[in-house]
Amino acid sequence: MNVLESGVSELFVKPDIWNFRDWVHKNKHQAMTEKLMTEQEAVAKFVADGDSLGTELYGTVRAPMSLTREIIRQGKKHLKVAGQGITEIDFLLAADLVDTLDITYVAWEVYGISNILRRAVESGRVKTADWSNGAMAWRFKAAAMGVPFIPVLSMLGTDTFRYSAAKIVECPFTGQKVCLLPALFLDVGLIHVHRADKYGNCQIEGISGFAHELARASKKLIVSAEEIIDTEEIRKYPEHTIIPYYLVDAVVHAPFGSHPGEMCYRYWRDEEHLKNFLEDSKDPAKTKAYLDKYIYGVKNHEEYIKLIGMDRLKKLQAMIGGR
Amino acid sequence: MMAEYNETELLICIAARQMADNTTAFIGTGIPMLAAALAKKMHAPNLVPVFEFGGIGASLEKLPLGVGDSRTFHKAVAATGICDMMETAARGFIEYGFLGGAQIDMYGNLNTTIIGEKYWPPKVRLPGSGGANEVGSFCWKTIVIMRQHDKKRFVKKLDFLTTPGYLTGPGAREKAGLPPNTGPYRVVSNLGLMGFEEKTKRMILLATNPGITVQQVLDNTDFAMLVADKVVENEPPSEEELRILRTEVDPDRLYI
Repeated sequence: MNVLESGVSELFVKPDIWNFRDWVHKNKHQAMTEKLMTEQEAVAKFVADGDSLGTELYGTVRAPMSLTREIIRQGKKHLKVAGQGITEIDFLLAADLVDTLDITYVAWEVYGISNILRRAVESGRVKTADWSNGAMAWRFKAAAMGVPFIPVLSMLGTDTFRYSAAKIVECPFTGQKVCLLPALFLDVGLIHVHRADKYGNCQIEGISGFAHELARASKKLIVSAEEIIDTEEIRKYPEHTIIPYYLVDAVVHAPFGSHPGEMCYRYWRDEEHLKNFLEDSKDPAKTKAYLDKYIYGVKNHEEYIKLIGMDRLKKLQAMIGGR
Repeated sequence: MMAEYNETELLICIAARQMADNTTAFIGTGIPMLAAALAKKMHAPNLVPVFEFGGIGASLEKLPLGVGDSRTFHKAVAATGICDMMETAARGFIEYGFLGGAQIDMYGNLNTTIIGEKYWPPKVRLPGSGGANEVGSFCWKTIVIMRQHDKKRFVKKLDFLTTPGYLTGPGAREKAGLPPNTGPYRVVSNLGLMGFEEKTKRMILLATNPGITVQQVLDNTDFAMLVADKVVENEPPSEEELRILRTEVDPDRLYI
């Protein structure tokens, strides 16, 4: 196949499917084993300096915020971070733990651009490669399929392609131009779900974002869950299991684990907290003060919940509304 | 007496009027969400909003604050995921795509990635493509909403081409491998409504906003904007549109 054009950015790692297969075979338990542990244990055991890391869904929506805060407390550094986000990426960047970003979108949607991203990238501290949201999800999908790349028709004709690490080739069947996206095998994936059992069978309510793909593209997968339920409950609704146990390495019980973001049908986003953080993020000293108070200043997620306060969290629960 | 309104309200009303009933519309973050919510409560109750992270056909009773939040699938017909949504657009099903941008050029190409000459480190780092690249690549008709029409935003040359419009002109999308017969359809700005001329694929002024002259639009555009033979004036927001916008769509005044 003739390569017509190549994006100029570097890949985190070559999409080596044999390596991934070997990893899966050696490290993913075929038997159902108990994987319940604390955030501290999960992050200490499964996140290493220099790892590539992906999170799902994003910042203000069903995001693994308690796990992100723990990564920051443990100071896991030189991370290569993939995807889109808001608070979770802002936190990691503000803590200066990121070397490289495979970025699709980092901003605050309604409230505009990320001051922290601007400082990190404009100063040259963090390297970037650009991709689209579809492209990133499809890169995880390729990894999940166990193939080294996936052909798509997005990013064609643009600088988004040019500054990615994708390639454009001529389709061997039709002769048309197609964009080949390299599979993205992650060292670590973090996903926050509604329900999980102690083995890691996970069920998500509402949209599934790219949980299906990211879970299957991760060498090590840490799941946090609002609720730990009996396996009997999982077995009653097996069609709702989007992440089966064999993809999961650690299960962490994290009620309000997406705070200050929302969790559909459980609690609404904490607008006041988010706005205050956004305001703090304009100033590096205030950003640091935020991290000191809400991340470094608490020992774990339990203490964080106490700091936020149950009264406040109950209000957020009341605000989410019904189906 | 005509109701008083601000520029953003006018922009949302004009964008909402571009949304047709009984069609699908891929909704990007920001103003497109308000426009879709308004359209559903006005002339297009059967508009099917599509959000990139999986919400299809939400009621939009409450304004989403992000393209993945629970309001994007409240009372929806389906809640799936991003691959399914992007693939639905790739298969040619989604009619309209609604986007915003920091810069737009005469072919409707959009920049939401960086400002400045150098990619890295950039002078100003913007959010990046998000789902915009797929929306602009796959939807049949893309409608772009630009809150501020000036020479810094309607530019001769983009600092970075994030999302494809007609690229370098007629035939360029097809040559790049993008689906035929797709591309930018309308641009809604605070000064007027633009389309794209059939032959040249260049941006053409179709209508000015109330009180705005053709010359003002041209003076605030860095590239040579084409002008339709008969430029009409957009209707100002009606009292009904304003009432719904203020009391139902954005009662917390996040945007307006």
